[in-house]
Amino acid sequence: MAGAGGRAPLGLRRWLSSPAPAPRVCVVGSGPAGFYTAQHILKHHGGALVDIYEKLPVPFGLVRFGVAPDHPEVKNVINTFTQTARSERCAYYGNVTVGRDVTVPELQQAYHAVVLSYGAEDNRVLGIPGENLPGVYTARAFVGWYNGLPENRDLKPDLSCETALILGHGNVALDIARILLSPLQLLRKTDITDSSLAALACSKVKRVWLVGRRGPLQVAFTIKELREMINLPGARPVLDPADFTGLESAVRDAPRPRKRLTELMIKTALEKPVEMQAAAAAGAAAPREWGLKFQRSPQEVLPSADGRRARGIRMALTCLEGSGDSAKAVPTGAVEELECGLVLSSIGYRSLPLDPAVPFDSQHGVIPNSSGRVQGVPGLYCSGWVKRGPTGVIITTMNDSFDTAQSVLEDLQGGVLDTSPPREGFGLVESILRSRGVRPVSFSDWEKIDAAEVARGKAAGKPREKIVDPVEMLQIIGH
Amino acid sequence: MAAPGPARLLRAAAASSRRWLFSSTSPAAGPRPGYGGAAAAGRTARPFSLSARAVLSSEDKITVHFINRDGDKLTAQGKPGDSLLDVVVDNNLDIDGFGACEGTLACSTCHLIFEDHIFEKLDAITDEEMDMLDLAYGLTETSRLGCQICLKKSMNDMTVRVPEAVADARQSVDMSKNS
Ligand SMILES: Cc1cc2nc3c(=O)[nH]c(=O)nc-3n(C[C@H](O)[C@H](O)[C@H](O)COP(=O)(O)OP(=O)(O)OC[C@H]3O[C@@H](n4cnc5c(N)ncnc54)[C@H](O)[C@@H]3O)c2cc1C
Ligand SMILES: NC(=O)c1ccc[n+]([C@@H]2O[C@H](COP(=O)([O-])OP(=O)(O)OC[C@H]3O[C@@H](n4cnc5c(N)ncnc54)[C@H](OP(=O)(O)O)[C@@H]3O)[C@@H](O)[C@H]2O)c1
Ligand code: FES
Repeated sequence: MAGAGGRAPLGLRRWLSSPAPAPRVCVVGSGPAGFYTAQHILKHHGGALVDIYEKLPVPFGLVRFGVAPDHPEVKNVINTFTQTARSERCAYYGNVTVGRDVTVPELQQAYHAVVLSYGAEDNRVLGIPGENLPGVYTARAFVGWYNGLPENRDLKPDLSCETALILGHGNVALDIARILLSPLQLLRKTDITDSSLAALACSKVKRVWLVGRRGPLQVAFTIKELREMINLPGARPVLDPADFTGLESAVRDAPRPRKRLTELMIKTALEKPVEMQAAAAAGAAAPREWGLKFQRSPQEVLPSADGRRARGIRMALTCLEGSGDSAKAVPTGAVEELECGLVLSSIGYRSLPLDPAVPFDSQHGVIPNSSGRVQGVPGLYCSGWVKRGPTGVIITTMNDSFDTAQSVLEDLQGGVLDTSPPREGFGLVESILRSRGVRPVSFSDWEKIDAAEVARGKAAGKPREKIVDPVEMLQIIGH
Repeated sequence: MAAPGPARLLRAAAASSRRWLFSSTSPAAGPRPGYGGAAAAGRTARPFSLSARAVLSSEDKITVHFINRDGDKLTAQGKPGDSLLDVVVDNNLDIDGFGACEGTLACSTCHLIFEDHIFEKLDAITDEEMDMLDLAYGLTETSRLGCQICLKKSMNDMTVRVPEAVADARQSVDMSKNS
């Protein structure tokens, strides 16, 4: 194989492409959606050639830049993705921003099918006064910062206050709470960036509130992540038993996941006081603490006296209309203020439109599609968060990517995708990129960056030290 | 921070053997020209047969039948103590997306459905496995995570079912022989 990102040798290509020309498929985005879609097409079509384009020089999307550094197990999926990328029928082109460096119509000219798997690169906004004050950060930026996402490397969050407040009851909110409260020695051996580790070492934050607008039965986080938080060494959960009154019977007939999750919260709320007394009796140092607050909808981030930064938040108390997942939070008219110097808004990610040629449903933040076929544009597909919205774990993204791949395969088989006119694939895109001064990064280039990161991490006993500056990444590969 | 437990022990085992991703539907055929990647190249696909009879059965081997999503029956063998994930990986069983986190209790893609009489005798489930199982697709009363179930003699000849994912409700297309 000529380089991991290289194509099959000519002779082989001819062998693959006879009798019918090989279908050329292009995937935009190298996160789980992009890789699982590519994997499924390659596996179930013996001749298809798949090219993956990625905006950043480095691959894997949120597996690298979202998944928490202390969750290395989740990142094992990278091994399978790497195997896909090294397949002779697959090529990776990083450092190419689709929509800017090459347009979707241009890709459609170069490929028989184009799959959009570019994820959700923005976040929902609160739309409340004070949201932009210093001291207020989006979860997306904060996560990007500790995970070494180039655009967030200079965030320098101010961690000089004692109380932090996270808006939202999703798994991202729990990730952030855990990173803020984890003992340093637990983070030190992870791939968290050196500079964020240094900032966390100086952090004064010792109390984290996670605030949801609805109740305990509507939390979006999952039990594994909650249990991890409850078991976090040196941090004690503060749950108000009153929030859980009557819930035990309410979940008796609920589906098992909701039931077990609620029961764990109830158990924690009820048993902690005993342990607390025991800890106090044993003279344990005042630990860090975290807690869940319910039925509070953010109204305004309150500025400090000099107006320069956040000092607290005002929340509207809510009551729930309806029940279960569809319950709605309705303000009661009462409000509550809470002092906190750090506010993290973790209310969800959001996809953006990519190209005027691609339909986009801005209300739901997705590309309108059926089973991954983009509405009204034959030959165009989508998968992952941009197809379904910004929720779901890896297995959800995997299943929906297989679903999209299945649609591509059906359309190839049923002749909906006409593959008789051969398409040039990267050959055409390459000349477009060259004319615009864009130099793609191959998968073997990435493997050099990878090796450099692993080598840098080794000294510190970390799996890797991420390079956070794209210019430096490109230097390593001699671009 | 993963809870310590069986997952930890299994990680090394699962990580050391990688499946042959693009070997299509008949792993028995072995690697085809031009397929697979460097990761798999060093490793010869271990042949296995769809019929248990054809496999050299040594005393301590345990035979397991997998009913795949498309209804196909895959039969393979493992040693006592191997996890069902090991069996799938070591035999290159073609189950889409199986074992994404490589046995570390972080993905639930190794979800399998057991026969009642086998299920009843499985080792007690840990909270950590149950937590992950709660996220699995097509959960049933006799569901477990394959990476956490280790083979015992008494399991010989058992049949486990791969649950349908949402995507699989559709007729699957396979054009892997199009070349
Ligand atoms: C903070 C966080 C933590 C998470 N932790 C877990 C976890 O522990 N376990 C779990 O199972 N799931 C977790 N998830 C969920 C999981 O990450 C998602 O299900 C999955 O990443 C979605 O995949 P995707 O490919 O659709 O999007 P992404 O992973 O975002 O991939 C999209 C890719 O497209 C690229 N791209 C964007 N625009 C362009 C463009 N114009 N041109 C070319 N490329 C482009 C991006 O750079 C990116 O690489 C987490 C999510 C978040 C946000
Ligand atoms: N370890 C893991 O497995 C892991 C880790 C991280 C992320 N993930 C996954 O990644 C996905 C994204 O996670 P996420 O946490 O970003 O999203 P999420 O799960 O959708 O949670 C978003 C939270 O924000 C709240 N919210 C939304 N709009 C709000 C508003 N205007 N005001 C107040 N609250 C608001 C939601 O409450 P309502 O319900 O009231 O809308 C919800 O509690 C999830 O599927 C998650 O499971 C998984
Ligand atoms: S392989 Fe991921 S949970 Fe079993």
